[in-house]
Amino acid sequence: MTTLIEKNRQSAGPAIRVRGLEKSYGKLEVLRGVDFDVARGSIFALLGSNGAGKTTTIRILATLLKADAGTAAVNGFDVTTQGGQVRGSISLTGQFAAVDEILSGRENLILVAKLRHLEDPAAIADSLLDRFSLTDAATRRVSTYSGGMRRRLDIAMSLIGDSPVIFLDEPTAGLDPEARIEVWQMVKELAGSGTTVLLTTQYLDEAEQLADRIAILHQGRIIANGTLAELKQLFPPAEVEYVEKQPTLEEIFLAIIGDRR
Amino acid sequence: MNTYFLSDTLALTVRTLRHITRSLDTIITTVLTPVALMLMFVYVFGGAISTGSKYINFMLPGILLITIASGISYTAFRLFMDLKSGILERFQSMPIARSGLLWAHVVTSMVANLIALVIVVGVALLMGFRSSAGVLAWLAVTGILLLSTLALTWLAVIPGLTAGSVESAGAFAYPLIFLPFVSSAFVPTETMPGPVRWFAEHQPVTSIVDTIRALFAEQPVGNAIWTALAWCVGVLVAAYVLAMVAYRRKSA
Repeated sequence: MTTLIEKNRQSAGPAIRVRGLEKSYGKLEVLRGVDFDVARGSIFALLGSNGAGKTTTIRILATLLKADAGTAAVNGFDVTTQGGQVRGSISLTGQFAAVDEILSGRENLILVAKLRHLEDPAAIADSLLDRFSLTDAATRRVSTYSGGMRRRLDIAMSLIGDSPVIFLDEPTAGLDPEARIEVWQMVKELAGSGTTVLLTTQYLDEAEQLADRIAILHQGRIIANGTLAELKQLFPPAEVEYVEKQPTLEEIFLAIIGDRR
Repeated sequence: MNTYFLSDTLALTVRTLRHITRSLDTIITTVLTPVALMLMFVYVFGGAISTGSKYINFMLPGILLITIASGISYTAFRLFMDLKSGILERFQSMPIARSGLLWAHVVTSMVANLIALVIVVGVALLMGFRSSAGVLAWLAVTGILLLSTLALTWLAVIPGLTAGSVESAGAFAYPLIFLPFVSSAFVPTETMPGPVRWFAEHQPVTSIVDTIRALFAEQPVGNAIWTALAWCVGVLVAAYVLAMVAYRRKSA
């Protein structure tokens, strides 16, 4: 991945550095001093309930929103003064699949490849369609896609251009268990190839499955930040109890449908 | 300005143009209102209105402005949908020329309105509209109509970016569609009572309609053309500035 290494020129510091971030909408204080760092090539999960400020944080980091106070840097670039360079370093997958419904899946991918000024957008589109199992639906209008297909296309669009930092805002919201696992698999692959992933989620198991580090955002502040093991140590040591393990409904569902897709 | 402004805008324009070619109903509904009005005015009211010339020749310029007014509401609608679907945020988080998306919508509006205008003129020809105007006069008419479209399209961008619902994004067009009725578009202004006549004679539609009518009839355009151009450029500049302010506010 030479392109990634080239893009990681300012590789000294963390991929994302957030200090004292504040944002209010009128009297509603959404962020009240948020601090965190995301190491390069890691998966960082911002965990929190609805309205905790996860999306606001992502929007500030993606230069879509200005913070009231505090600083944030992405790939070494300041989000307020070096917006252009920040946008050149990131890729955003928003909370709702932001795809063009009237275009086909292939046309959506070609459009993004063109906007990223890459050579041979058609070849890039075809290889992503293949990788995301969308080849059969490539020329169909996106309005005919299922929720899972849309999300796959959405994420495929975000991968074009090999951005060193990827934001995924609730990437598995509204997906069925299989599609969710597919997304997880893909996020792991991304991080494996050196991309920094910042994802938000309200599912505890998602953070547990994916993240190298987890920060819990609550009422506009980070109230805990660490690896899963570190977070577990914040609680009293586990007591050993013997209980019959019941399969979860998700495990039952996946076992019944097997690999038939 | 970004070095990729032109190629980015082109790529985004291809996208919005596909929205038109794949839902031709937007063009059909755009021409429906003006064609219906044309039929009604020519075959129902027209006989009672004395204008000193063939009525369809008299009223076509006003109908063309109504066509534009009904066409631009789709620009507001499409922009609003881009905002709601989150695709605007996707584009804005990418390293592209940020105003490219607005220009793509504007260029698309120009193309869509031009198609609609050609259809309406075609229907008018079938209904008996005739003009002895030469190529230069037709070019001048086209120029004024395109300038009006450009100005009104930028006006449409503002509700497209700021509206709270789909309905209100399109609703701003109603007053614009109505404006030609209180002008010289359908009846001579001399027949109107004092204050109404004053308004009719001092609002932009009258000067644009009078100019196009004179060009079609090979009459001298007089000062009307300068008034018309001043209105178009004035609205264009004001709408462009306000639209850009609204856009910057959206993209913080």
